[in-house]
Amino acid sequence: MTFITTLVRGTTTKDENIAGCGECQTSCQSACKTSCTVGNQDCENPNR
Amino acid sequence: MIFQFEKDGIPVVLDVNSGAVHIVDKIIYDILEYYPQGMRDAKVHKDSILEALKEQYPIEDLNAALEELDQLIEEEQLFTKAVKRGGNFEHVIKALCLHIAHDCNIRCKYCFASQGNFKGENLLMNFDTGAKALDYLIENSGNRRNLEVDFFGGEPLLNFQVVKDLVDYGKNKAMEWNKNIRFTITTNGTLLDEEKMDYINENMENIVLSIDGNKETNDRMRYTVNNKGTYDLILPKIKRMVEKRGNKPYYVRGTFTNFNKDFAKDVIHLAEQGFSNISVEPVVAPKDEDYALGVEDLAEINEQYDILEKEYFKKIGTKEEFEFFHFKMNLKKNPCQEKRALGCGAGVEYVSITPEGEIYPCHQFAGNQDFKMGSIWDKQNLDSEIRNNFRNASVENKKECRNCWAKYYCSGGCHANAYHENGSLLEPYDLGCEMEKKRIQSSIIIEAKKKLESD
Repeated sequence: MTFITTLVRGTTTKDENIAGCGECQTSCQSACKTSCTVGNQDCENPNR
Repeated sequence: MIFQFEKDGIPVVLDVNSGAVHIVDKIIYDILEYYPQGMRDAKVHKDSILEALKEQYPIEDLNAALEELDQLIEEEQLFTKAVKRGGNFEHVIKALCLHIAHDCNIRCKYCFASQGNFKGENLLMNFDTGAKALDYLIENSGNRRNLEVDFFGGEPLLNFQVVKDLVDYGKNKAMEWNKNIRFTITTNGTLLDEEKMDYINENMENIVLSIDGNKETNDRMRYTVNNKGTYDLILPKIKRMVEKRGNKPYYVRGTFTNFNKDFAKDVIHLAEQGFSNISVEPVVAPKDEDYALGVEDLAEINEQYDILEKEYFKKIGTKEEFEFFHFKMNLKKNPCQEKRALGCGAGVEYVSITPEGEIYPCHQFAGNQDFKMGSIWDKQNLDSEIRNNFRNASVENKKECRNCWAKYYCSGGCHANAYHENGSLLEPYDLGCEMEKKRIQSSIIIEAKKKLESD
């Protein structure tokens, strides 16, 4: 593409069946304890 | 739904539903201004777009740009539909905040836990209660393998022998049940000694060490029972702790308030002390407190995030590189829809346990009887009404979130902040939202700059 550089590919509808395994860290436990930032959480699903 | 913004001369387009992020040329940015929100097939509008922009861009460029947009739409990377959640509604608990000590050896003016006792008695959790809490976690964890236990207070080092005994107990129990418990601890650092540091380094996956910034900032809010500042007491200990920690995760974690709205200098100060994992976060406080932040402070706060973003970016790849928690974004493997829509999991899969064994949705609700979900000593299930209220507090069900571009990065924000500000789990804390949006934009621009530099 000439005009667009994709920084992150999005989750497509095809991925929905393997989502929600719940093995990732609880966001609040990591450092904050007062805010919720899920964007920085590592997905721990090996199948995604 | 898309969201466009331009920062430091970089135009960015987010596809909200899929989480795709595109760095675009101005021509794309300008064309997209003519696409109605949610528009997936803009063919009918192409002629009007060409007409509107033909003075600014050559027709062939406009046509080529429109084709690229069509391609993104085709690949489900733009104007995507909301991804359905996995619908995993098992009643499992996977994370505990264990209030190992409702007591503290220092005084912090902004402490939400009322100087450690959560407005109750000064109490230390005994081993039996802690062990029962770990049993509760493991037995209610369903098929989850990775479990988490944060030793929290108050000051958990006041009750360190029980911490150690519980780690031993938890590890054995986890082995029996084929679980992996990740222990973490949140401490003010004042009671750290070599032995405790070694133990923590060996047994805790993460440690959160509290310090607010430079001496003036820290000592204004964090002082000893004799009203003396804690900076000189804390700094050498947490430096030593981090030095011994090697590559294991840690965070030095501070709070900024109305008294240090120029908090970028405090983050930079902590980085200059050699700390490479830093989190400095806005205080959450009743509006009438002199240290509380208000919407009128937003411009100043945003300016500080800009200063910090530039400093942070400048240090990348140098010896002084540091991580700032709120600029950290895992863009490569973004969280699944379940996580993006419901966030922290408080009251659903994450609960806090007080020294008496009472169960609350999270540490910030501990002691509030309206939110008591049960007790580890009862055989009964958790209060289903409270649990359902938390489960339902997703971005889909919050009016303010539904049309917000940032909803899947903050997943609706902190339930406790919402409740304390507005008396409702469903009404987010507006100042928190605005700061979060600012930080997300900074995080994305940092990643965009990295990408553009590497290409």
